[in-house]
Amino acid sequence: MLHTFAVYVDNKPGVLNRVSSLFRRRAFNIESLTVGHTETPGVSRMTVVVDTDEYGARRLEAHLYKLVPCRRVDNITAAASIARDLALIKVAATGEARTHVMQLVDVYRARIVDVSPESLVIETTGTEDKIDSLLEVLRPYGVVEMVRTGRVAMARGASSARRSVAPPSRPAPVAAESGGDVSHGSV
Amino acid sequence: MKRTGAQILWESLVREGVTDVFGYPGGAILPAYDAMLGYPIRHVLVRHEQGATHMADGYARASGKVGVAIATSGPGATNMVTGIATAMMDSSPIVCITGQVGSKLIGSDAFQETDITGITLPITKHNYLVTSAEDVAPAVLEAFAVARSGRPGPVLVDITKDAQQASCEVDWDAARPNLSEALDEALPGDGDARDAIALINAAERPLILAGHGVMLSGAEREIVALAERGQIPIAVTLLGIGGVAAAHPLNLGMMGMHGEAWVNHAIQEADLLIALGMRFDDRVTGNLTTYAREARKIHVDIDRAELNKNVRVDVAIAKDLRSAVDEWLPHVVAPGTRAAWLARIDSLKGDSAVRDIQNLPDDGHLYAAHVINDLWRLTHGEALVVTDVGQHQMWEAQYYKHNRSRSLITSGGLGTMGFALPAAIGAKIACPESEVWVVVGDGGFQMTMAELATVVQEKLDINVAIINNGYLGMVRQWQEFFYDKRYAATPISGPNFAKLAEAFGIAAATVTRRADVNDAVEAARRLKRAALIDFQVEQEDSVYPMVPAGADLHKMIRRPSPIVETAAD
Repeated sequence: MLHTFAVYVDNKPGVLNRVSSLFRRRAFNIESLTVGHTETPGVSRMTVVVDTDEYGARRLEAHLYKLVPCRRVDNITAAASIARDLALIKVAATGEARTHVMQLVDVYRARIVDVSPESLVIETTGTEDKIDSLLEVLRPYGVVEMVRTGRVAMARGASSARRSVAPPSRPAPVAAESGGDVSHGSV
Repeated sequence: MKRTGAQILWESLVREGVTDVFGYPGGAILPAYDAMLGYPIRHVLVRHEQGATHMADGYARASGKVGVAIATSGPGATNMVTGIATAMMDSSPIVCITGQVGSKLIGSDAFQETDITGITLPITKHNYLVTSAEDVAPAVLEAFAVARSGRPGPVLVDITKDAQQASCEVDWDAARPNLSEALDEALPGDGDARDAIALINAAERPLILAGHGVMLSGAEREIVALAERGQIPIAVTLLGIGGVAAAHPLNLGMMGMHGEAWVNHAIQEADLLIALGMRFDDRVTGNLTTYAREARKIHVDIDRAELNKNVRVDVAIAKDLRSAVDEWLPHVVAPGTRAAWLARIDSLKGDSAVRDIQNLPDDGHLYAAHVINDLWRLTHGEALVVTDVGQHQMWEAQYYKHNRSRSLITSGGLGTMGFALPAAIGAKIACPESEVWVVVGDGGFQMTMAELATVVQEKLDINVAIINNGYLGMVRQWQEFFYDKRYAATPISGPNFAKLAEAFGIAAATVTRRADVNDAVEAARRLKRAALIDFQVEQEDSVYPMVPAGADLHKMIRRPSPIVETAAD
């Protein structure tokens, strides 16, 4: 089954490579991986979706913790969570087809972000299902180009608070004062 | 006071308590070598960088301290790869320092440039590319912390030439490592001590499986206490040898592919396996679907990623072994059923003693197992033995009875031929008082024999026993058993090893008869400098018992026993 992990890592050169290399050498197949900044300076958050069983998921979590720049791993598969994907879809649409496409965009609460005489670019966010569905109905009109971010996800409600994230160990003075106490952080 | 990155490197090592390093100089590491002369560190010049990593590894395994290897960029660094992978597989704490081309040249395919942090990423616990003098101390100090923390392992620090040359002030307090402590926290789903104790006290046929973790955790006494208190027999892995004294009545011996037959049978009959600091490697389990089917399982390992990896267990505890077992001890009892279990295991020995090559009539041949048995006897089981990989390694594990922790050093996980001689150099430098014996095949010895020069240059009293059968013996054995005796590329010639040793200035002897083993070993022991003995043994002997790869653990190929078969006729 698909497991979704939220992985907090130090924002340092090569960290993405360390994480993806771990998945590769342990023979886990990444369904999607996104990475971006978090509310804590110096810490990046990855959302990784992997197809594996329960034991595989636990081992993967343990392996991720062994990476020095990895600060926290949450398996949010079972948690109530919000998962979103963003897609940009370029559709060839002229004449009457254009009206049809615009109606579909309305139905899916997507947006048209670029218009040219030959095509439209549609921006949509939502679950992967919703985007897949939109894509299906647009396909007959001619999807010229598409790009998707892959899943980003977050647990609902207050933080799962199973573990909190420390700010990066250096050069943040806070960490030095607290003697590296990981409970000091805030997520 | 400003110091160069090179000086900061050495000062960091001194602060970490490093007294010995193993290395080979070259262009990109020259600034570091130049600065080395000002620091109280013994540098051992190796003959190949692979040797440096094995020496650091042997040093670490013998002493429990972090071993250090140094090399230049490019080929110097890539030559370290095998040694790093060896240390990774066997959880050996080493720090490798490599020079790198100037930071402005990185990515330009400069002379002797290689992406060593990229290359070693999957075979190190962590690695660092240091491009400024300011980053040298934090990286080196953190490297030591990472190497020795949790499950130990290798760490590489790649330092560009300009970072070695530039100068800066160092704030040693700020440079102190500050590693995430999240690693030590229990995760949901982890088992706890109460579950383990309940299983242990309820078991009728429990068996402890003791691995390398016993020594890495310093849990030697706790394991024996657990065994004695619960009257629980112990089986050891190859790397677990020495963690429990071979002479202890509850220590059954080695498990696995070339383990004792009764040990493998006991595993298959047990109703509880208590796996301590071992990782259910395929060489100890055989076929997983038939492995210990009757047994509940408790697994303690400091590396959570090892739990439920190969074998599904009932209680998985991710914790330092010593503290985990310590927690159990006051609650462990020995139910009355244990005596019957111990008696059952004793009966499993069956005709093993008759099949034992030590008890077969002398047919005039010199067998490797004889040599090792004699070596054990003559050194009173007190030597620090470093073995290579292959048949001699298994015979050593079977016939040299180690009573001391860290007294057998061998490449287990990676099975690195060529490991023994350089690892023994590291071990001897870590433990100069120990009597060190290298037990090595004629194949593996020829891979790294250039390090004999290092032995001589460093004036080390190391004894080398070459178990010379003119074959890559273990591979030949597989060919005999599984490939219809088609000996493809396994017959191997070698030099006259005694003359070779003499050319290096090492005393040497050649032994072809068992009657001469005694004198040769005693002569080598008396000599307070290096000695080499070429034991020319029976060429086509095989290691028994043997569980074929992937076969059921209890289905072993046994040594043919002419005596037993004659008696049955």
